[in-house]
Amino acid sequence: MSYMKCLKSKGTGREYPKEALYVCEYDFSPLEASYDYAAIKKNLTREKIEKGPRSLWRYRDLLPIDGEPTVGLHSGFTPLVRARLLAEELGVKELYIKDDSVCHPTWSFKDRVVSVALTRAKELGFTTVACASTGNLANSVSAHGAKAGLERYIFIPYDLERGKVLGSLVYNPNVVAVRGNYDDVNRLCSEIASRYHWGFVNVNLRPYYSEGSKTMGFEIIEQLGWKAPKHVVIPAASGSLITKIWKAFKEFEQLEFIEGGLNTSIHCAQPEGCSPIATAILEKSEHVLPVKPYTIAKSLAIGNPADGYYAKDVIEASGGSAAIVNDDEIREGIRLLARTEGIFTETAGGVTVASAKKLIERGSIPRDESIVLAITGNGLKTQEAIQDSVGEPTMIEPSLQSFEEKLKPVRDI
Amino acid sequence: MSVKVRIPTPLQKLTGGQAEVSIEAADIQELINKLESQYGGIKDRLCDESGKVRRFVNVYLNEEDIRFLKQESTTLKAGDEVSIVPAIAGG
Repeated sequence: MSYMKCLKSKGTGREYPKEALYVCEYDFSPLEASYDYAAIKKNLTREKIEKGPRSLWRYRDLLPIDGEPTVGLHSGFTPLVRARLLAEELGVKELYIKDDSVCHPTWSFKDRVVSVALTRAKELGFTTVACASTGNLANSVSAHGAKAGLERYIFIPYDLERGKVLGSLVYNPNVVAVRGNYDDVNRLCSEIASRYHWGFVNVNLRPYYSEGSKTMGFEIIEQLGWKAPKHVVIPAASGSLITKIWKAFKEFEQLEFIEGGLNTSIHCAQPEGCSPIATAILEKSEHVLPVKPYTIAKSLAIGNPADGYYAKDVIEASGGSAAIVNDDEIREGIRLLARTEGIFTETAGGVTVASAKKLIERGSIPRDESIVLAITGNGLKTQEAIQDSVGEPTMIEPSLQSFEEKLKPVRDI
Repeated sequence: MSVKVRIPTPLQKLTGGQAEVSIEAADIQELINKLESQYGGIKDRLCDESGKVRRFVNVYLNEEDIRFLKQESTTLKAGDEVSIVPAIAGG
């Protein structure tokens, strides 16, 4: 049973069949999955969701597949952690971490989108799947595709973090390192996609793929006891996650699942070396101008964000704001989250924490309102970024004397 | 000055299925106009009401996005390759 009706152009509203199509032929705007919300409203309840699997597939009725889920049966439904120590540090009352650094199986929110994309890829009959990636998506397509028995082509920029390259290679796909930045990889992939009958998760399967990001938004509301937070801070690369978390909130609002209604502001977090969306928001510019990325936050290094305009619209419509943080602030953001909440996030998470700090200090986020930070990836993948700023272990000889001399611990007994 | 233009799948219906066409043009603006005269309807797809390239369309001269060059006024020389590529999602 599927509630997905068709694909619909975000620009012209024209309808397309639910195949491997991704742009409107008339204005090149993206196509998006469209559902029969009236039927969903009749059949879906909060109780039904609560009884569902402990994975992103508990929201299956709001996802763009026709049959039963076949990929990512353990992905999603990550912890929403009340962050009391970080809240104290930032001087705010109510703070939560939506922790996708522990998403199964490759430790980033990309496991959500890939679960949906590959389930759909199989429904559409693809036997080879591919992606253009800054690393996390590469890992996820490599892993999920292995378990799904699919041939895989993984395209990445040549200069990714070693952990992200290894985290793809180990699953034995075809990993292709392209001498160029992500935007170059992306462009190449859209040309390759038009020549080969492959399921490119973020090209011709994009309408299905991107819907997977909604599940992060659904979970935030469900895990808050069916309440919407007042603020969410979300990192932006292509801008897609911002638009889809917002779409999730709007869908739950439409289904009347949110206690007290929806009154959430979405805030955009970007690194200084690649902030086309945040810059457009902060400068109140009509256009999202592409940039050449240069940042340690490589997973956010998309200079030409495909969903930039839509992300900017969401920020503005929801009354949110944006912050831009530099490399040192990103490193400090990573360390701050780790030392207060015991969560080790990658550079994109550092961008989110540092941006939240800035938004709070600037008054864009009032200190007495509830805040959720979307932490999207795991720090073990981007160790290079902080290896010189976390210190070294204290080296001692294997003797009690050496231990007490070097550490001078307070006597406990 | 003949340049090679790569046509994306959604527009190949207008070029009779051709993925690549040759066009004589001095700059991108002229290239779009010449494309329109040979493959009627294509300009409407590529450009908005003001005649500017749509925001979801990326036009590359050789390897460079024309937004980093002189946009529609970017000049062309013989042997150049122009790619028209729809914007796609992140990763």
